[in-house]
Amino acid sequence: MEKTAVLRRHLSGEDTQTVGKWILTIVFGLISLVWMMPIVIVLYNSFKNNGAVNSELFALPDAGSYVGFDNYINGMTFGNYPFYLSVGYSVFITVVSTFLILLCTSMAAWYISRVDDLFSKVVYYLCVFSMVVPFQMVMFTLANTARDLHLDTPWTIPVVYLGFGAGLAVFMFVGFVKSIPIDIEEAAAIDGCGPLRTFFSVVLPMMKPTLISVGVLEIMWVWNDYLLPYLVLDVTKYKTIPIHIQYLQGSYGRVDLGATMALIILSLLPILIFYLTCQKHIIKGVAAGAVKG
Amino acid sequence: MKNKGRPAAGAVTSSLIRRPIQRYFAVFLLPTFLCFCVGFLWPFIQGIYLSLHKFNTVSNTAYVGFDNYAKAFRDSGFMHAFGFTALVAAVSLVLINVLAFSVAYALTRGIRGSNLYRGVFFVPNLIGGIVLGYIWKTIINSVLPVSMSIQPEYGFWGLIVVLCWQQVGYMMIIYIAGLQAVPEDMLEAARIDGANGWKTLWHITLPNVMPSITICTFLSLTNGFKLYDQNLVLTNGAPVRRGIGQTEMLALNIANNFTTANQRGVAQAKAVLFFILVTAIALIQLTATRSREVQQ
Repeated sequence: MEKTAVLRRHLSGEDTQTVGKWILTIVFGLISLVWMMPIVIVLYNSFKNNGAVNSELFALPDAGSYVGFDNYINGMTFGNYPFYLSVGYSVFITVVSTFLILLCTSMAAWYISRVDDLFSKVVYYLCVFSMVVPFQMVMFTLANTARDLHLDTPWTIPVVYLGFGAGLAVFMFVGFVKSIPIDIEEAAAIDGCGPLRTFFSVVLPMMKPTLISVGVLEIMWVWNDYLLPYLVLDVTKYKTIPIHIQYLQGSYGRVDLGATMALIILSLLPILIFYLTCQKHIIKGVAAGAVKG
Repeated sequence: MKNKGRPAAGAVTSSLIRRPIQRYFAVFLLPTFLCFCVGFLWPFIQGIYLSLHKFNTVSNTAYVGFDNYAKAFRDSGFMHAFGFTALVAAVSLVLINVLAFSVAYALTRGIRGSNLYRGVFFVPNLIGGIVLGYIWKTIINSVLPVSMSIQPEYGFWGLIVVLCWQQVGYMMIIYIAGLQAVPEDMLEAARIDGANGWKTLWHITLPNVMPSITICTFLSLTNGFKLYDQNLVLTNGAPVRRGIGQTEMLALNIANNFTTANQRGVAQAKAVLFFILVTAIALIQLTATRSREVQQ
């Protein structure tokens, strides 16, 4: 029995395949290590003093250059703008904008697909159109409009994000609503539910997969966005993390590189934790967004 | 993807649902519509209007017709930025797709740890352009004999490295989805007929993942053309020779132009041209995907 099994495996070339697979595993293990090197380098440099980061970036920390968590503590307050404020604004803007986009566009998408009149169609196609328009097209006028309407604070910028980001979200939600049977909503209506109740207790729970996909895309967009908040916000008062990092490198010489490395790690941390906790959803969401065309 | 832009065949006729929702227009559609007007529609229309005017502030404009567009075409910095952007987009397109497909192909061979490796390759995609650019700027400049902002060739390859690192994992995900959808029986048939690995790859796998290839090609192309953050951080267009930023890409050229006095009209005209260019690429993609759908 065993001999024939071995023979069969040998004849079908499975043996060489197994060896090949192991080689591939090792090769990819090495490539993965190299792939992560930039982050690893920044990580160990965040424990070195300024001079050591400057002179020997690739050297591991040693007794002379190791400074423990000093860079993290200094980094929080160094420069003329405290980093913890930037983190606060970034978190606030990302959370509120994402929440607002999910709530408003899912409602709008349900209206668009179920009412389906001329106005809805026009709004829908405008949304699809807005997806291809590059930000540079509206950067000057959008910043102006936002300033005129006093939307230039972290508390109001989510409105701008909803406006500029509505296109993709509406497109994805409409695509989903069109795929669910209307019978369930009719049943709810017959049972006496008004539109609000039907939406919030019947439609919204069904939308969960799309809510997650759109949520992931919006979180990643808003968190990493630089130019929109830079133009809209009053940057002397309010900085988000990307704006903060960009300002650091503008001030050559005075920059404590060790502390900068610590700040980069701190700004990566939230998004990496987010990735580790819901990797599956993130990859699915990002792939769903890719197909938008 | 198939229903893109087309309402479903059996669009809603149910008055039970339709009428009541319509009465709630102000709750469901109005908030999004108003914000959309503020955040996109009005700035877009105003942008087209302003591209035909000379202005420094929105309230003080003078009609100049297509003068701004003529100036944009005569601007050697803009033309150089266009060439440089096209080069970056083309080179990164080829490299990203070849690398991403190879990785995806190897990782769907059922090797150990492929899930972990997928996760690792995807990580750079989560990092925003500014932070990502800063990380690489620090590393690249400490390897090179001179900084990227002194030698334009270094700046170019720096951009390519950053783009590849960021996007290979992303495109890999799309390719993996495509590769997993290749019908198993076709691969089996090829194996029985004695086709070797390369032949199977060329004649069975590649034709079957054509939709993924189309998506990834256009995604990397548009990403290349719209690139801003990484360009700003790595070199900010430097070095400047004869008044032209040697590594300045289109988006950066336009954004910088807005900050130059008396150049805002020209900058807005450039932005409209940029918009037309990006839209043209998207339209070609749409037709490419559509025609392939018909074939199947």
